[in-house]
Amino acid sequence: MSIAFLIRRILNAIPSLLGISVVLFTVLALAPGDPFGELVTNPNVPAEVRLALRAKFGLDDPVYIRYFRWISAMVQGDWGFSFVSRVNVDTLILQRVPTTIAVIGASQILAILIAIPVGVLAAARPYSLFDQIANTIAFIGFSLPTFFTGLLLILVFSVQLDWLPFVFTTEIRGTGWAWVWAYVRQSIMPVTVLGLFQGAALVRYVRSSVLEVIKLDFVTTARSKGIGERKVLVLHVVRNALIPVVTLVALQMPIVFGGAIVTEQIFRVPGIGSLLISAMLANDTPVIMGVTFVFSCLVVFFNLVADILYGWLDPRIALR
Amino acid sequence: MSSTVATPAPPFSPTRDAWRRFRRHHLALAGLFVLVLLVLSVLLGPLLWRLAINDIDFAAQLKPPTLGHPFGTDDLGQDILARLIYGGRISLAVGLASMVVAVVVGILVGATAGMSRGRVDTALMWLTDLFLSLPQLPLLLLISYLFRDSLKTLIGPEGGVFVMIVVVIGGLRWMPVARLVRAQFLSLREKEFVEAARALGASRRRLVVRHILPNALGPVIVAATIDVANAILAESTLSFLGLGFPPDIPTWGRVLFDAKDYLDVAPYWALFPGSLIFLAVLSINFVGDGLRDALDPRRVL
Repeated sequence: MSIAFLIRRILNAIPSLLGISVVLFTVLALAPGDPFGELVTNPNVPAEVRLALRAKFGLDDPVYIRYFRWISAMVQGDWGFSFVSRVNVDTLILQRVPTTIAVIGASQILAILIAIPVGVLAAARPYSLFDQIANTIAFIGFSLPTFFTGLLLILVFSVQLDWLPFVFTTEIRGTGWAWVWAYVRQSIMPVTVLGLFQGAALVRYVRSSVLEVIKLDFVTTARSKGIGERKVLVLHVVRNALIPVVTLVALQMPIVFGGAIVTEQIFRVPGIGSLLISAMLANDTPVIMGVTFVFSCLVVFFNLVADILYGWLDPRIALR
Repeated sequence: MSSTVATPAPPFSPTRDAWRRFRRHHLALAGLFVLVLLVLSVLLGPLLWRLAINDIDFAAQLKPPTLGHPFGTDDLGQDILARLIYGGRISLAVGLASMVVAVVVGILVGATAGMSRGRVDTALMWLTDLFLSLPQLPLLLLISYLFRDSLKTLIGPEGGVFVMIVVVIGGLRWMPVARLVRAQFLSLREKEFVEAARALGASRRRLVVRHILPNALGPVIVAATIDVANAILAESTLSFLGLGFPPDIPTWGRVLFDAKDYLDVAPYWALFPGSLIFLAVLSINFVGDGLRDALDPRRVL
């Protein structure tokens, strides 16, 4: 993989980021409602003052000028001020991003740990009993909405059995191993919900990808050289079958973020997903725009990572 | 053996052939059965179950399932079965309508891109890729948050939210269909039968509508089926987060949202709507899988 490939990919990400920002801004600009709307009904504010305020904040400028002003403010890190918590939006989001990344990361690892062995074993014996069971469970897995699995887990493990706490908190008392254990305990359910959903979707991709590779000539060659079936599977097939799966994991990120918003909301995980929902319920527009923008950036970033990883794992791509 | 000899083989028809292959997929058949059952019960249910959805009865708050209320009652003493029958209509209608929006937009974009090479194709595919990299749920939430109130005053509470949710879900899910249609068009337009039609003087429009599009529809139907399931999930998610339908329109997701704070005292309240969403989505996904087997004769797997 060459540096040129890397640079080309990074440059490719910029137009899509700009495109997304245009979409976001269009949505915002088309939305009815006016930040100074309540001044209209307030009899104490004369019309001249209201018009002067509008002019001062540039609300009467043409839309493309407003877009450039908005995007340059976003790029410079001036994301505005939360109406509700009276904190700068960027500090508010930065406080919360690590939790979200940790939950998503852990659940992705769980998903991969489930999906790869199950998918490979299912594809090694297609249409066997194991394959059919795995396929059916996978269907059930990604048809179960995350909000329902979350509630089911709470019902079983918190309400009935009282094993796990159902509210996630960052203020855990205690130090050392007790702290770690408490943290792990409260992360089990959110991570499981997200991980199982993702894992179920991934199993089918892994299976079909392995089935694609397993019929290629080099696998037959390896078998005819007398290499054991297990070795062929692990060293020859899986290594090559996982290349498209890596891309898929990254391309699934928009869906994963959707799931993360739901799980964070159910378990009250203080990440950016629950921040988004609470900001919407409190009409906190700057925070809403900020979080949506962060989600967009993360999606573009993971697409970029997928591209680069793909080029690294499969050098034929990078040569194109 | 004798029976197959005795009855003459029915004439070959693609529909019958597809149905034969669909039938072989037992789970798809079961899914179709459950789906028909669900649709019939939300359509005919109100004729048989006549309790009102908003009949508040404080004497019967949070009652577990009994004969009078087979699915129990909620915190206002409203009958959950009646609410789920009514809400199921909306949930399923949202799924279907969003699918139609997504498929129509997808076919338009994909067909235009596939028929016109060059700059138009590049631009449309760039747009498709851009929409694919939008964060779906945050955007869905954002649009719902920004436009809900004004649409409510414009079209009325029920219709306004319905139209908005359908348009937004459909408008964020047309991309896979567009890609499928474009890929199909690119290969079909070079086929001999299209060339023959063109040689006979068929107009471009006739080529697309009569010759290319019908042959491209197989995978689109499969994608459309899965889209219905995804749209039902999206609407339920939105309502579950409290940003979809208002409380007086009890879609399955909305009932779940109302129920989630009563998990310890009234678990049945959450279990019924959740299971219904799950059943609907699962059976649609199985039907989609069966259709994939049925509509793609070339697939050998």
